[in-house]
Amino acid sequence: MTTTQDGITEGPATEGTATEWETVVGLEVHCELATATKLFCGCRNAFGDEPNTNVCPVCLGLPGSLPVLNRQAVELAMRLGEALGCTVRPSLFHRKNYFYPDMPKDYQISQYDQPINVDGFLELPDGSRVGIERAHLEEDTGKSTHVGGGGRIHEADHSLVDYNRSGVPLVEIVSRPDLRSGEQARAYVNELRAVLLATGASDARMEEGSMRVDANVSVRPAGSSTLGTRCEVKNLNSTRSLGRAIEYEARRQIDLLTAGERVVQQTRHWDEADGRTHVLRSKEEAFDYRYFPEPDLVPLAPDDAWRHAVRQSLPALPADRRRRLAAATGVAPGDVAVVVERGLDELVLAALDAGGEAQRLLVHAEHDLAGEPADALDPAALAALTRMEVAGQLTATQAKAVLAELVASGGDPAEIARAKGFEAMADDALAAAVDEVITANPDAWERYQGGDAKVTGFFVGQVMKATRGRADGKVVTRLLRERAGA
Amino acid sequence: MGAMGGRISRDDVAYVAGLARLELTDDELELFTGQLAAVLDHAADVEALDTEGVVPTAHPLPLANVLRDDVVRPGLDRDEVLKAAPAVEEQRFRVPPVLGELP
Repeated sequence: MTTTQDGITEGPATEGTATEWETVVGLEVHCELATATKLFCGCRNAFGDEPNTNVCPVCLGLPGSLPVLNRQAVELAMRLGEALGCTVRPSLFHRKNYFYPDMPKDYQISQYDQPINVDGFLELPDGSRVGIERAHLEEDTGKSTHVGGGGRIHEADHSLVDYNRSGVPLVEIVSRPDLRSGEQARAYVNELRAVLLATGASDARMEEGSMRVDANVSVRPAGSSTLGTRCEVKNLNSTRSLGRAIEYEARRQIDLLTAGERVVQQTRHWDEADGRTHVLRSKEEAFDYRYFPEPDLVPLAPDDAWRHAVRQSLPALPADRRRRLAAATGVAPGDVAVVVERGLDELVLAALDAGGEAQRLLVHAEHDLAGEPADALDPAALAALTRMEVAGQLTATQAKAVLAELVASGGDPAEIARAKGFEAMADDALAAAVDEVITANPDAWERYQGGDAKVTGFFVGQVMKATRGRADGKVVTRLLRERAGA
Repeated sequence: MGAMGGRISRDDVAYVAGLARLELTDDELELFTGQLAAVLDHAADVEALDTEGVVPTAHPLPLANVLRDDVVRPGLDRDEVLKAAPAVEEQRFRVPPVLGELP
């Protein structure tokens, strides 16, 4: 496969050999910054207000108005940059010129060749690192609603524009082409969202459009180090759409190349309804934005003191929290991703400090505390509960019931267990119950002793019945094994 | 017009006019090609200077970090704003469908 100078990838010259293909994805994520006001004027930055109520001469592009940069927008961009391990550097604003009714100045103020944040990375739960090329500041456009033609832009009868969003501060986060599947792209977006939330940079809501994702997708023969011709896929409104669109687009390109055709560089639109991408415009039609330095703004050059203060004020980031919890519980960081995502890592760590059992704590945090208001849960009570489980005083099912009670009304797990009739079953009582069941079922016992593992379940079931569910299945299994061996 | 020395071609001017959504007649193209070439020739005088070691100027003012606090200030009254719209529908600016860039 060769790439010609105009960026067109030729199909493989040899036929008959099945080529293994690798998907290569880079993402461009636009996020609205969580400021009170817009990037260059004092209009409110708010979602869902009445149309055209948060506007002024600056964000309407009226003649004679001048932009003044929002300090908090800069601070939030710096927080994100530091959290992504970027170099936070002196930067400039440029005008990106094009005509579109939702951009009343006929140019967008953006950062071009000197962005504020460069060369960072994002660490995913599986430990892989995705390079961040840049994370720069720019202003959002107004919001167009296309009327007629079923809302499709190119079939619309006319468009209605609300300028409340015009001038809202954005960061555009550009990844390196380090992603290899739709699944990994989803993991990247989820992790980026967690970092945006942790730093307070953005509320990162894809459904409200405060986080918008475009994907650059190409394919190449596995093992190749050159990049294939890419297509940019737009209109990805959820991480689910993102994953599906990437898988579809990669398949489409592989099919083209396998058939001896070529991939043409294009911008494509994901259609959630038919599950395909459709061409929006080709490279030949792509805009020439005629960037030039914004004469109305002076350079931005955060000094060391400001950068240092931003670094000092950053909270623990998801990757650090995963590492900390993983080290404390003795598992891999990827295995505690859900617990950290739910914000239950502090609770688990506190319960560990209170003498809790790591494995049981992780199981409860991942499976039994989903969506529960666990803030009020006493770490010491949770720790005591897990000790009771490990000591065989509570079965897993009983522990879950006690935990639910702890979450709902607090209290002492031992007392709750007693009140629910989950009194500890003494080992000798359980042993007696096991022996009774064995005596009552000599045929089955003979099969068990002969190595027929299928009857294990039968014995456990019979013991459960005899003890009215108070027995711990694991202990019963152990007792059976001991008796068969004796 | 010999002075332009191929600094800018008629095609360049037509291309830039297209980007700016300007429709030029043949006569205008001819005229503006000459005028733009003269502007570029003038700017090219700078090339005669030795700028080795001179840092590019981003802005004529010796300033950086001109920032404002993130405090909401009242904007314009909506009725007044919408008076400037070519047409209004649902409190929004009603404009023609977007043309000239999408198939």
